[in-house]
Amino acid sequence: MTGFLRAHGYEMARLTFEHLWLTLFAMLLATVIGLPLGIVLSRRPRLAKPIIGFANVLQTVPSLALFGLLLPVPWLGENAARLAILALTGYALLPILRNTYAGIRSIDPTLTDIATALGMTARQRLLKVELPLSASVILAGLRTATVTCVGVATIAAAIGAGGLGELIFRGVASVDNGLVLGGAIPAALLALLADAALGFAEKKLTVKRA
Amino acid sequence: MAIAAVEFDALSLVLSGGRSILSGIHLAIEQGSTTALLGRSGSGKTTLLRMVNAMAAPTAGEARVMGEPVASQDCTSLRRGIGYVIQETGLFPHMTIERNVGLPLEMAGASKTQIATRVAELLPMVGLEGTSFARRYPWQLSGGQRQRVGLARALAADPPILLMDEPFGALDPVTRVEMQEMMASLIERLHKTVLLVTHDLEEALYLAQRVIFLEGGRVVADLPSNKVMPSSDPHVRQYIRAVRHNHRNHEETAS
Ligand SMILES: Nc1ncnc2c1ncn2[C@@H]1O[C@H](COP(=O)(O)OP(=O)(O)OP(=O)(O)O)[C@@H](O)[C@H]1O
Ligand SMILES: [Mg+2]
Repeated sequence: MTGFLRAHGYEMARLTFEHLWLTLFAMLLATVIGLPLGIVLSRRPRLAKPIIGFANVLQTVPSLALFGLLLPVPWLGENAARLAILALTGYALLPILRNTYAGIRSIDPTLTDIATALGMTARQRLLKVELPLSASVILAGLRTATVTCVGVATIAAAIGAGGLGELIFRGVASVDNGLVLGGAIPAALLALLADAALGFAEKKLTVKRA
Repeated sequence: MAIAAVEFDALSLVLSGGRSILSGIHLAIEQGSTTALLGRSGSGKTTLLRMVNAMAAPTAGEARVMGEPVASQDCTSLRRGIGYVIQETGLFPHMTIERNVGLPLEMAGASKTQIATRVAELLPMVGLEGTSFARRYPWQLSGGQRQRVGLARALAADPPILLMDEPFGALDPVTRVEMQEMMASLIERLHKTVLLVTHDLEEALYLAQRVIFLEGGRVVADLPSNKVMPSSDPHVRQYIRAVRHNHRNHEETAS
């Protein structure tokens, strides 16, 4: 164990950091796209079905296939990390989009009505009423997205984007279980950690109803 | 004569399907008066009330507030000048009572201390004594207390007009009478123009100087309170019969 860490510890740390970086970057992108889009769709439920449907389809494409399909795309294919981040963003998009939409749509219409009747502008209503009331649902979406991303990011190593998958793939190729675990365990820990932290925040933001 | 606080001028609402919700409403509501709107479920009371704060728009005719057509006013500033109380209270579950009550002031840009001061003065006014209420959340209050908070919020920015849609409808009879008494003293003290939707003729007669009866989106009777009981209008008689019926039942169970 200590021997393994002495031999691979530095690499594990580097790859964990890389893994984290891929995930965070993709989550940032997916949130920047998914949250506003979810808000817009909650105003136009007619558009919601096709767009959420599309995100749904994206979600079902096997990750290895998606990486492979994107590889020949000109600008994307040039840089493995760039490609990996974009693919991960695609996977993270659906839970964020769907939960933002569902969270806002599930607010008691009496409350949005009274917010308007109190003289709130659309922006005030969004910031003071709709987002706080759907925060826990949106956060649940972010949690699902993060855990998915951490998992899928291990596959990114297949196209040379780095991350903990690199240890796993190398371990599989050289029939070295130690290497496989050296990649799998930190990846699992990352997912658990993200799940716990975001789960905690979700609980904190849950609103008690009268 | 002073201009009417609220006016409906040939106001009608016909839905796109052709169903008529309100037709040819002509009314002038005097400043500082309390007017009750009565009518059976679906007669258009809520819709008429919402014409005043631009939460509904007519398809013909217009509503005017202080002489100004509602349609030509800025919605948000119009609404901020009109208190609105509903049966469901509409308190925001993620905000403390203080924040809920202070919302109209928050939107007017008042400071935190200004809001706290005003809320501390409003809560006792609606019968919520003690400092603890301000920090609580809606789920920590009883239905009657929440209703009082809703009223306090409507009064927060001291709006000249108050719209009340069955504000006491969901309360038990004892709390209801308590609230009516409090409302009566508030009305006397604050000189608001109040439009009160209710199903209860006795409540209407107790609180309002004028009672308007709606049916199928039309005004079918419009009387000063003291002319209601002697009225021979068939629409009005229906309500009086309903009240008498209740009383007779009570007397029968008592004997
Ligand atoms: N947004 C809407 N779209 C379509 N029809 C509506 C809408 N709001 C109300 N209506 C219809 O307009 C009519 C009047 O409704 P309104 O809510 O004004 O009645 P009300 O007198 O307040 O009834 P209640 O005593 O039950 O509250 C009803 O037939 C109702 O179905
Ligand atoms: Mg109604």
